[in-house]
Amino acid sequence: MRLDAMMFTRRDALTGILLACALRPAAATPAMMEAAIADFTKNRPVTEGRVKLDLPPLVENGNAVPLTVSVDSPMTAQDFISRIALFNEKNPQPNIALFYLTPHAGRAQVSTRIRLGDSQFITAIAETNTGALFSAKAELIVTLPACAEN
Amino acid sequence: MKRLAVLIACLSGPVCAQDSKSVSFDKRSTFDLMKPETQAMQRDDASNPAMLWVQEGRALWQAKAGSTDKACQDCHGDVASMKGVATRYPAYSAAQQKVVTLGQQIQFCRAQEQKAEPWTAEARPVLALSALVGLQSRGLPLAKTGPAEARAVAEGRALFTERRGQMNLSCAQCHDDHAGQSLGGAIIPQGHPTGYPIYRLEWQDLGSLERRLRNCLNGVRSEPWPSGSSENVAVQTYLRERAAGLPIETPAIRP
Amino acid sequence: MAAALINVQKTVRKGEIIEIKTLMAHPMETGFRTGLGGQLIPRDIIHRFVCTFEGVEIFAADLFPAISANPFIAFTFMPQQSGTLTFRWFDDKGGAQVETARIEMV
Ligand code: HEC
Ligand code: HEC
Repeated sequence: MRLDAMMFTRRDALTGILLACALRPAAATPAMMEAAIADFTKNRPVTEGRVKLDLPPLVENGNAVPLTVSVDSPMTAQDFISRIALFNEKNPQPNIALFYLTPHAGRAQVSTRIRLGDSQFITAIAETNTGALFSAKAELIVTLPACAEN
Repeated sequence: MKRLAVLIACLSGPVCAQDSKSVSFDKRSTFDLMKPETQAMQRDDASNPAMLWVQEGRALWQAKAGSTDKACQDCHGDVASMKGVATRYPAYSAAQQKVVTLGQQIQFCRAQEQKAEPWTAEARPVLALSALVGLQSRGLPLAKTGPAEARAVAEGRALFTERRGQMNLSCAQCHDDHAGQSLGGAIIPQGHPTGYPIYRLEWQDLGSLERRLRNCLNGVRSEPWPSGSSENVAVQTYLRERAAGLPIETPAIRP
Repeated sequence: MAAALINVQKTVRKGEIIEIKTLMAHPMETGFRTGLGGQLIPRDIIHRFVCTFEGVEIFAADLFPAISANPFIAFTFMPQQSGTLTFRWFDDKGGAQVETARIEMV
């Protein structure tokens, strides 16, 4: 048997094992994310732009996905970003984090690491001190994590 | 399902993979296969979660314990004195008359030198102190084993090349013969023990080489070697010999 | 709670924006996982993080189970004077951990 053919079948087998091992909880739905977003925006209009969401496009393990969100803002006492909310479509819960910023930040930028059970869209919504809302969306693909224990 | 059955039949047969010879290759750490953001997490101590354990290790290093009321520091001085130590573990211990892992040496000092309540093999303090001691050797090459470890190396090599588990695969078939090829979304690394203890994203935790080996044995559906058993130490000793020359990365990040 | 790591430069110049990186040892148990016996493992996460400078809040976060174990949070700060940063993490068990770091204006 040729090597590449062998590796192909072996890969399938391992995927089988991996699937058997992976125990993922019930997922939230895009509708739940919409509801969580509405709760944050209180139905104010959201403009796409000014927000930048940095995420690796392809993730080798969904347990710790590095994420940086930044917003184009002077961050002065008169004009600053006061809150940034992060949402996801498919985790058990649509909320990821809510950050509270002040003009002391100098720059509107926050980094963290998040868990993603599956490939999906992430949404960031930033609110200015006057209540205007801006957003960005990013898609990311989570490859199957290798089977760990038991 | 049908594919799986075909596969298992195939892998158990001699036609699928030739049994491993001693393969020589350019030694490469798993680090080279990781995604840039995972590499970045390891490179930056301020974002490497394993450094939380190193910090705990520092506190333990200075904490007096046991009926001797001695801290590690009281006998060993500043932890910087441990520079180079992790490059030659597992190592033969004259005091214990056997080859021991770094974790076992720490457990031994805890029980015999401090006369304190023993720590189990993968207890958090053992991992924390192993990470701290290992960090002192970061960047130094793993040393070749010596005559005192020769028996363990030979035993470990035999275990490494022996087929095992329901999938009837040896460590060598994956890590010598098919290193660099992809398997279920992961690339098979050469399997070097350069980063232990590691923070594995899959575990969301710091873990030992033993724990990593349990995962591989689990992957081929084989019974793991008992913790601290001679087999377990022998394989780790062979892995050290096999990786000699590669720099220590402790505490590394792995997916 | 256990170890925390704060990474912040000790000296800053006027007008300089610095990045503060924090790591906290915590399992961030989601409340969605089941144990070996099939029972749900209760949620235990750090749900709030606050950073103050000389008593004034400069940054805070509400966290949810989607934040990774051993949470990493990094944010920016433009100090106007020397002073002490205080970091507080609050978890579901009612535990709180406090750490401080000093910044000198040069
Ligand atoms: C009472 C003195 C004493 C204390 C306390 C002590 N050790 Fe040791 N340690 C020794 C001696 C003696 C050796 C070398 C002989 C041996 O193998 O036990 C040693 C060896 C070691 C080694 C191996 C060094 C090498 O070069 O191979 C490590 C690692 C180590 N100790 C770590 C620790 C840690 C961690 C602690 C605290 C938990 C500790 N020791 C506490 C006396 C002590
Ligand atoms: C089916 C193929 C396969 C077999 C058989 C296998 N491994 Fe692995 N091993 C892997 C893969 C794939 C990884 C990479 C991590 C992952 O995604 O699970 C790995 C990772 C490792 C690592 C971690 C390397 C690092 O950088 O930290 C070590 C060490 C290791 N294996 C040793 C062994 C030993 C010893 C055996 C035999 C008992 C063994 N493996 C059997 C596939 C295998």
